[in-house]
Amino acid sequence: MLHKPESATSSAPTATKDSVVIDDVTLIYKGSASEVVALRGTSLTVRRGDFAAVVGPSGCGKSSLMRLVTGLAPPDHGTITVFGDKVRGPVKIAGMAFQNPNLLPWRKVVDNVMLPLEIVEPHRHRFRADKAKYRAQADALLKTVGLDGFGERYPWELSGGMQQRVSLCRALIHEPALLMLDEPFAALDVFTREELWCVLRDLWQKLGFTVILVTHDLREAAFLADRIHVMSARPGRIVMTKTVDLPRPRDLDICFEPQFVDIVHELRAKIAEVRNA
Amino acid sequence: MNNTMEKLSPWLFTIGLFVIWEAACRVFQVDKFILPAPSEAFAAMVQYWRPLMRHSAVTLWTTMAGFALAIVFGIVLGLVVGWSRTIYRGLYPVMIGFNSIPKVAVVPILIMWFGIGEVPAILTAFLISFFPIVVNVATGLATMEPELEDVLRALGASKLDIMLKVGIPRTQPYLFGSLKVAITLAFVGTVVSETVGANAGLGYQIALAGSNFQMPLVFAALLLLAVEGIAMYAAFASVEQHFTRWAFRSSMSAGG
Repeated sequence: MLHKPESATSSAPTATKDSVVIDDVTLIYKGSASEVVALRGTSLTVRRGDFAAVVGPSGCGKSSLMRLVTGLAPPDHGTITVFGDKVRGPVKIAGMAFQNPNLLPWRKVVDNVMLPLEIVEPHRHRFRADKAKYRAQADALLKTVGLDGFGERYPWELSGGMQQRVSLCRALIHEPALLMLDEPFAALDVFTREELWCVLRDLWQKLGFTVILVTHDLREAAFLADRIHVMSARPGRIVMTKTVDLPRPRDLDICFEPQFVDIVHELRAKIAEVRNA
Repeated sequence: MNNTMEKLSPWLFTIGLFVIWEAACRVFQVDKFILPAPSEAFAAMVQYWRPLMRHSAVTLWTTMAGFALAIVFGIVLGLVVGWSRTIYRGLYPVMIGFNSIPKVAVVPILIMWFGIGEVPAILTAFLISFFPIVVNVATGLATMEPELEDVLRALGASKLDIMLKVGIPRTQPYLFGSLKVAITLAFVGTVVSETVGANAGLGYQIALAGSNFQMPLVFAALLLLAVEGIAMYAAFASVEQHFTRWAFRSSMSAGG
């Protein structure tokens, strides 16, 4: 698993209940004039409970991966299996967060966090009856990300980093088995970003969900992930999988260890190679 | 100091305009059949107080009735158009074409159908003012952040869920913004219709006084029309402020 061969299809991974498997997937965006091949022959396996990161040059189809795994876009070829079930439509067990927190400005923070509960079953039907219970859940989650007492505020009263914490809470409130993150910290300043790395690390260690983090920040990937998948330029496919065997729990100081720096260097070299290819 | 100036400035500018107008009329000795001075217009307003009030009331209620129709119809059509791209693409040329027709050309038809009176005025106000409401409601729905839609769709949200939870609430600032514009258009519609064929209303008063060469009375009616327009604009602006405070505090598109 450490270094996948260049033709990843040759070792077709087997789909089990304990993994997210992307098997030889091709995704084509059809425009009015031309079509763009976003992904071609992409294969990727993430074990349940793992923290996976996907890095690559910009425009390599990293975000397409998100839409495929959550069932928002059907692949043109290949299959995607999430915990044993083939993806045919929205998976409903995933939480998502993006670079833009996308909070609803007319809702209080706590009502933003509870939004998924108004949509997803079985919470949807109990929502009105059990509102107090859900409210307590939301407050507890806000507390774990350091936003104790901010539930009654409006999103526009919060800083960018705080809004992103709320966005994480919203992605996690329905206790999804899978968390999909698309460059969630890209718009934040370095200090806030590192703070949120730790928030995400703690949430993941506490709740034990599976994460697929799409990022272009190699340090972020190395700090958080168990395994880092490097994508080629478009059409994207996985050209390298790097296992990060740094001990856990990881502290921010680890970013200055030679072992950590080596990993980042190795990733950087690989990306430079695929960019120029 | 700056703050009080800012509060006073609308009044200062209005008064200034009247002063310049008055002065120009006096200095250049403009004939009052060409352009009456504001003092003469206000004198006419006092002199013809009762009929002016009656006509103002008619214009106000016909405008509001037409505008109410425009709001209901505009929201419904805007939601339909914003709901589906197919309907949007299908209806848009038709709506643009319809909106390009000068409403003054439609008034004689309405008078043929409904006779001289308030119905054509109400319908003209409606026809001229629903378009900006439709466009804004549809725009509010169409500019929904695709990522937010993804977040909800991945959870299994139906299109109706997304509309109710996100689409319709986020359309509110667009809607209320359009109401301010549309209400002034509605006045234009009413007055056009009253000018062409009616027996009451400020438009009728203007046409009648004009044909009698009572220019001060014409201007008195015009001023009252402007007052009604400003008052309704202010009313809808305050409604907007009240209902969509969040939109003024956050920049929706920037998400910041």
